[in-house]
Order: sequence, then C-alpha cells, then structure tokens
Amino acid sequence: MSSSVAGLSVTVEFGGGAELLFDKKKRHELNLPGDEWTLKRLLFWLRDNLLTERPELFMQGDTVRPGILILVNDADWELLSTSTKVGHVHRLTGELDSEVKAWGFSREDEIGSVSPQY
Amino acid sequence: MPVSCSTKCGRDAILKRPKTGDTLCKDCFFLAFETEIHDTIVNGKLFKPGNKVAIGASGGKDSTVLAYVLKTLNERHKYGLDLFLLSIDEGITGYRDDSLKTVAQNRDDYGIPLKILSYKELYGWTMDSIVTEIGRKNNCTFCGVFRRQALDRGAAILGVDCIVTGHNADDIAETVLMNVLRGDIARLQRCTSVITAGADSIMRCKPLKYAYEKEIVMYAYFKHLVYFSTECVYAPNAYRGHARAFLKDLEKIRPSSIIDIIHSGEQLQVKDSIKMPERRNCTRCGFVSSQEICKACVLLEGLNRGLPKLGIGKSNKAKKIMDLDKRNEQQQSIDF
Repeated sequence: MSSSVAGLSVTVEFGGGAELLFDKKKRHELNLPGDEWTLKRLLFWLRDNLLTERPELFMQGDTVRPGILILVNDADWELLSTSTKVGHVHRLTGELDSEVKAWGFSREDEIGSVSPQY
Repeated sequence: MPVSCSTKCGRDAILKRPKTGDTLCKDCFFLAFETEIHDTIVNGKLFKPGNKVAIGASGGKDSTVLAYVLKTLNERHKYGLDLFLLSIDEGITGYRDDSLKTVAQNRDDYGIPLKILSYKELYGWTMDSIVTEIGRKNNCTFCGVFRRQALDRGAAILGVDCIVTGHNADDIAETVLMNVLRGDIARLQRCTSVITAGADSIMRCKPLKYAYEKEIVMYAYFKHLVYFSTECVYAPNAYRGHARAFLKDLEKIRPSSIIDIIHSGEQLQVKDSIKMPERRNCTRCGFVSSQEICKACVLLEGLNRGLPKLGIGKSNKAKKIMDLDKRNEQQQSIDF
C-alpha cells in the first residue's frame, strides 16, 4: 500500500496580518517532498520559500516571532512541541492531512493607546 | 495525542492559557475569558444600570473583541447598558478608510449604533495633510493628541457616561515599562487604573485590562469575529516598539510576567513630594488639559500658522510664542 512517493500535503493559512508577509495571500495548499516534516522544519521552509518580505517579522531564532500564534488543526501549537510531526493521521485516506495556520497581530495602534497619552 | 481540557469536561483542549498555564477546550475558554472580563467590570464598578457607554472602536482586534464581549455580557448579566460604537477617522488613506469598513460591519453584526468623527471636521486637517506639512517624524504626536481629544468630543456629542477602550494586559504592561523608562512618575501611577476620570472629563475604562493579547486573538479567531489588521502607514513609535519586543521576549520565558508587571504598577506608591500635574481646562477649547492651553490647541495653532513644530518638544517655548502674540494683540487693541 505504501507509495514510494512519500510527501506531505498541508494547507497553510496566514491571517491576522501575518499574510502581509506572504504576498498578501492567505491560503496556500502545499505538497512538500519527503516525510520528516516537523513544525520547526515547516516554519523554516515557509520562511525560505513562501515569505516575500521582512523575514524578521516572521521568525526570531528558530521559532516564530513572539506575537504570531500558530494553530495546528485548529489548536494552539503551544499544546504541542515544535518537534511534532505535521500531517500524520490521514496519510492513507489521501485527504488533507493537516492544516497549519499562522495568526499574527500586527500592531494596529488601538484607539487611545498612542504612546504618551495614557 | 490530543491534550484534554483542564476542567475535566472531557473535551480536547484548543489552547494553553498564558496567564495560568491551563489547557482549555473552546467552550471552557470562551467562558473563562468572558467571566474574567465580567469580574473586571464588577470588581472595578465600571458601570451602573442605565449607563450610556461608548466603545472606542478602531476596527482592530481589541476593540472588536471588546464590543462583542460587552454586548454578550450586557445581555447575559443584564447590565442595562446602552452601547455605542465611537470611531475616529484620522484621515489616513489606505489605513483608516479600510478599518472603518470593519467598524461598520461590527455595527451591523452586533446591532450597536455607530458614530464616526473625523479630524477633518474637528480640526480642519486630516493626518495625510498633517504629514504633508510636517513629514514623517513626530506625526504620531499629532495623531495621539488629537485622537484622545476627539474621543472626548465624540463622547460629549453622544452624551455617554463612559468611554471604554480596548487596552489589553500587554498594552498596560508595556505602558508601565515605558513610563518607568521615561521617568514619567505621574503617568506611571495612573496608567494601571481600570478607570481614569478627571473632575469634569468623561470617565474612561479598560475592561480588557487583564486580558492577554494572545487570548484576545484566539477569542476573535475561534468566534470568527471580523477585525482589521494592518499597520498604520506612517512611522511606528520606535521606542515603544523596543519595550514591546522586550515584553514579548519576557513573556516567552515566563508568561505571567505581563500580569506581574501590571501588579507591580498597581502597587507602586508615589511619594507625596512628587509633583503631579494639576488637571484644568484649556482656556481656548475648554477640554481637559494639564496646561493653560491644551496640547491639541497648541499643535493646531502651529499647523494653521505654518509653524507645525510649535507644539513638539518643550511646552514653555510654545507658551512664550503664544503669550507674545497675546500681548501684541492686546497692544493693538489699545492702539485702536
């Protein structure tokens, strides 16, 4: 049954301002070659292949910049570890394996919060 | 392996709360988040039944979540509040024009009436035209000063008892740090209060004071709330940016640091010998000011006279120039 062309299909969605770093495109359907896709590896791949501007606003060190939330299959990734493998469950059904979302919040200056005016 | 909800409700957790480390499912998270805001409102005695309340609405995540939660709590706990959305149009093309569409969407979705006031109608200038005049340095000073007063004016027009703003725990911790870094002791004392009010100025409250930014974003996300996120097209405040980045780094190592910094700010006692600015009313426009003439009037005067830097920097200098004018005017009137 196991096909030799292993790969990972994953839907990546950017929102909350994070899409601005990715050519303003929110949804990306990806087919990644190979098998061993951890969240950490995926983040680097996104930075090196999909990101179009200001990489420093996406990553810091080997993880996302504080202020960007990652959801894996609609759950906070802080419940997982960065070495968690992406897309493991439904490999045989051929359905979309995993959905990874990066939700940023760019600094939309809230009403009244402009610096010295508290 | 899915992590289960800390409340033992049997469902799978969808997030880890930064404040407590609890893992919660969607429903338990919604309830915890809303209940904490309800507690802030009740413990801080923010409202009385029958109050008219203006929500300072920018279309961003914080004010959108605030509007939604206030509407929900108002119905659930029968606060008896009359809610309004109050938005300020600074006149920034490509930024505020888009975010105001989001606010209009909130108005329709939540059935809360909306009032928009523009810098143009209040001051005769848009931020775009101010930036043309002054350049991209210091423009945030104008925007901040004008916005603060614009909210007061809007609230006066609506006849509300109180303005609520979407300041969250991260914002407040950041401001505590900023005030420490600047040595601004008067603001350091004030900035953590859940209610701020002058003698005759309209009360302002911050119901999201203890809500973490992460949870606000998660709440908006799981509730599918429509909000707008784009950075302002004009230069951001670099100094605040550093404080913010520092805070986020601290939060990563120790998530409770945000609430801890707020706690420190709340417990600080300022010595009696520290000189506090007195609250008075601007002799020109009558709105609250710490000076004889408020900052908004000084800045506006500078713009209208082609001296846009008038209100930037030391206020004494601007006062001298404006006093000199007053004397000249008086002399002229004697001459006539």
